[in-house]
Amino acid sequence: MNEKFQHSAETLSLPETDGGDTGRAPSAGITIYRHPWPVRLFHWVNVCCFIILLMSGLQIFNAYPRLHVGQIGYYDTPAVFEIASNRDVANPRSWIAIDGREVLDTTGILGEVRDEGIFGIQTIAFPPWAILPQKAMDLHDGRGWHFLTLYFFAANLFAYLIYGIASGRFRRTLVPDRDQLRASSIARDLWMHLRLKHATGAEAERYNLLQKTSYILVLFLLLPSMVLTGMTMSPSFVAAFPWLIDMFAGRQTARLIHFISASLLVGFVVIHIFQLFVAGFLNEMRSILTGWFRVPEKRK
Amino acid sequence: MTKLLHRRQILLGAGGLAATTVAGLGVRQLASPEGAEPWLRFGDTLGRKVQRAFLAHRPLAPEYRLDQMSAKFPTNGGFGASYIEPDPAFDKMASNGFLDYRLQVEGLVKRPASFSLRELRSMPQRTQITMHCCDMGWSAIGQWTGVPLGWLLQHVGLMDNARYIFFFAMDRYIGFPVNYHTSIDLLDAFHPQTILAYGMNGDVLPREYGAPLRLRTELQVGYKNAKHLARIVAVDSLSRFGKGHGGFAEDFGYQWYAGM
Repeated sequence: MNEKFQHSAETLSLPETDGGDTGRAPSAGITIYRHPWPVRLFHWVNVCCFIILLMSGLQIFNAYPRLHVGQIGYYDTPAVFEIASNRDVANPRSWIAIDGREVLDTTGILGEVRDEGIFGIQTIAFPPWAILPQKAMDLHDGRGWHFLTLYFFAANLFAYLIYGIASGRFRRTLVPDRDQLRASSIARDLWMHLRLKHATGAEAERYNLLQKTSYILVLFLLLPSMVLTGMTMSPSFVAAFPWLIDMFAGRQTARLIHFISASLLVGFVVIHIFQLFVAGFLNEMRSILTGWFRVPEKRK
Repeated sequence: MTKLLHRRQILLGAGGLAATTVAGLGVRQLASPEGAEPWLRFGDTLGRKVQRAFLAHRPLAPEYRLDQMSAKFPTNGGFGASYIEPDPAFDKMASNGFLDYRLQVEGLVKRPASFSLRELRSMPQRTQITMHCCDMGWSAIGQWTGVPLGWLLQHVGLMDNARYIFFFAMDRYIGFPVNYHTSIDLLDAFHPQTILAYGMNGDVLPREYGAPLRLRTELQVGYKNAKHLARIVAVDSLSRFGKGHGGFAEDFGYQWYAGM
């Protein structure tokens, strides 16, 4: 069980524990080498790329804040998701519409109505603070940032997936252990999450089931889908890989999935950062910066 | 072990430096858009090289069936748009069915020439149903008929030092001193689906879609597909016109290679 994470030399002589029970562990209080350098490198390059891609992506979305299903989609075709406004500068009102029906009034938050001179009345879906560059209607530089960063993002992800599979790290750390899949373990795991209790002792040396599930989803589904749906929106990549269009059932569906995956990733990041504080900010930050993680002791 | 540690530290240092650089760039962009421009231009070049590597086998853009065509193809730019200056001379030419229209072909060509619409229509033609991908995000499917640009360029004879083809339009954004223009390199100019279209959806090309003649370059997004073409010029370098980034939108900061 303790092979999950590589131990430092001075802890290798510690007796093996079964690690099955929360807080029952002689390894509590010791420091283990949890994140080897490729993990940390991937993590921080990914953080930088993600911030730039997200914000520049919202800038690009603002140019046409409507999402469709299928191959084609434009102002005269129905949108499944839209940030819309009444296009009235004097008395603005904006909302989110799903399938053409208003579901949420977002006046003052999303969909600012602006008079852009010769370009007419514009609905600025996401506000300047959320987008890159931080001014409305800067599609070219938004595209510039997005298209500069995406190659680093994709290369970083690809390299990490190769490393994780080839080194066996994913198999060791992400594939759920048999004992974690027992109904009682799942129930206890959920209960601990609901009470915001983090694992201690030997149990803290491996990821819990929800961690493993979310990391698998992020690494193998959401992040790759960002790359593939992004490629599907590009006429040059579609010419090179025509199966992309079939895989995602059309360019507009790919754009929709791109947006949904990005939203789910934002949700993941919010929970990820929240858990950082639950599990111990300094210890977690140390482990993702230096690799060394102090196994939390059993709560008194 | 020491060697491993050493390598690890170097890689970590490099990674940290790269991450800090990228983050710093973001901050710099917030402070001054000009500071970021060289990096965004680098991204343009990087994107072209990566995309071109995947296009080495010279594939065609997917083509579609008649029943997949968009009912009402959207418009963006060109005469009729709120931000394009109306031009009485163009309207006069249009009212006459573009009988007086001539496309100038000049620059680094052996036989500079001008062609009437009738002459262009008598040349080899290609009809294709393709998806127009707007850089804003929308897409629509339309049918285009025109003369393959590669054929026309061979017809006038390119000089050995010609590298890029510029396309100058008749329309102009309100308040700007130059007409819309853009450029592509010879790889795209000689792509079989790169055509100078005079027909759309089985009819003559309507005004709002770029009459009398427009560029269709199917591996790139909307703004490369210039409308209302007046003249095409073969050059050796993008720096021959404007700020040197290869077009009106490109001088603004739009990517020269617009494969996505």
